[in-house]
Amino acid sequence: MKLREIAHSRTGDKGNISNISIIAYDISDYEKIKQIVTAEKVKNYFADIVKGDVIRYELPNLGALNFVMYDALGGGVTRTLSHDMHGKGLSAALMNMDI
Amino acid sequence: MKKVRIGCGAGYGGDRIEPAIELAQEGDIDYLIFECLAERTIAIGQRQKKQNSQLGFNEFLAARMEAVLPICAEKKIKIITNMGSANPRAAADLTCEIAKNLGLSNLKIAIIEGDNVYDTVIKQDLKLDEAGTLISKSGKDIISANAYLGAAPLVEALQNGADIIIAGRVADPSLFLAAMMFEFDWQDNDWDKLGKGTAIGHLLECAGQITGGYFADPGYRDVPNLARLGFPIAEVTEDGNAVITKVADAGGCVTIDTCKQQLLYEIHKPDAYITPDVVADFTGIKFKEVAKNCIAVSGARGKQRTETLKVSVGYCDGFIGEGEMSYAGPGAVQRGRLALDIVKERLSICHIKPEEVRFDLIGINSLHGERLSKNVEPYEVRARVAARFIDKNEAAFIGNEVETLYTNGPAGGGGAFKSVKEIIAMDSTLLERNLVKVNVSYLEV
Repeated sequence: MKLREIAHSRTGDKGNISNISIIAYDISDYEKIKQIVTAEKVKNYFADIVKGDVIRYELPNLGALNFVMYDALGGGVTRTLSHDMHGKGLSAALMNMDI
Repeated sequence: MKKVRIGCGAGYGGDRIEPAIELAQEGDIDYLIFECLAERTIAIGQRQKKQNSQLGFNEFLAARMEAVLPICAEKKIKIITNMGSANPRAAADLTCEIAKNLGLSNLKIAIIEGDNVYDTVIKQDLKLDEAGTLISKSGKDIISANAYLGAAPLVEALQNGADIIIAGRVADPSLFLAAMMFEFDWQDNDWDKLGKGTAIGHLLECAGQITGGYFADPGYRDVPNLARLGFPIAEVTEDGNAVITKVADAGGCVTIDTCKQQLLYEIHKPDAYITPDVVADFTGIKFKEVAKNCIAVSGARGKQRTETLKVSVGYCDGFIGEGEMSYAGPGAVQRGRLALDIVKERLSICHIKPEEVRFDLIGINSLHGERLSKNVEPYEVRARVAARFIDKNEAAFIGNEVETLYTNGPAGGGGAFKSVKEIIAMDSTLLERNLVKVNVSYLEV
């Protein structure tokens, strides 16, 4: 199953740091997502893109996780050569993860 | 319990104008807030101001003010905005002129200045966060330094009877928090209230992003009528709780899920969202649907604010040269790859050494690289080369080389595009609060 089936997501950017939320549609899926989608797994998933650390924050009462990825945007929106300057599409990429 | 209704009329500088007009007309709002500054906008504004002292503010300021001023004046809706960008005074002068031309009177316009801390930052020789060095050692050509101001000067302006407040770099949620602090007489050390107000401000600040914009994924999350998307309203009570909603017949939707996505948008540590006013804690937040398109938000908290203010520092960082060419039909991807290989070899033959270079096949791997994009084979592909240089002429080489693929590259290339753009990069630093001197002044119409 793809993560997309049970969760949704939005990416934000601050400088060269990207953050991706993962939000369970049904809060009862939160524990399962928390178990499977670890910071390490996200770091490996984005190994080609994210050069720095990935830190995961948990928000159990929202059924959500927040991943903060350092050195993830090729220097940030103003100087990156990336076609997706803000890294806006990273959340869609993460939703394609098999869980 | 006392209530105030706050609408967000813009979530970024170039946002749509009709939803703001709709909010003013039909939203039964007390405040209309336009949040129009991205990190880099003010650096670009600083550049414009240097060339022309009457420029450097939001390009849609006049259009927005012309559209909403008559309605807001009639309905006594106060306007708060950071559209002043690098030049709040010129923005206020123009607003004044527009108000006069519209035949309006009895309007007090506040100008918030002092976020420009360029001289102080240079004198203090502060350490840049990303560069990791002192400004003097960074070798960077600094063009702007703007401190994130908090709600305090805006509250002062409201206390002095301002109808319209035009600021530059104010932290986004502070634009909203100011209205709450003024209306409910919240003190600047009532950390929990400030945390609650900051959460509400953060939910509103991207306008359509909480009313169903940037949310739709057909079949998974359907959003009605996105072409007529309505912008959000928060009905805030003096205890710091709120209901997020929109004009009833506007497009879009406000749901618990749109609220959760926006709450986590551009935040890092959820229990420490640092603004100039407070360190807000979002971990206890609860959303509850109280009616269709009405989501109650409660449970945010706050901790004592930090002693320093964040400063965005803009600097010149060379040039990006870019070129693109499309290939279609059978073998399009192979021809696209060949095109990129040719440009790569040309760089070497011509001894062009970019600081950084990137080769993309748009439609194949341009967003997230080869690994995450595998097993995709479209009918057409766009080859793209982008590279960063110190020297502008070298940057121009990239686009020219891609363009020469017309007559020198693979078969059937079309739609060449080339560009060179100057990079205004951003870094940040922290400045002691007491070194930032804020000035509030007024114009009257």
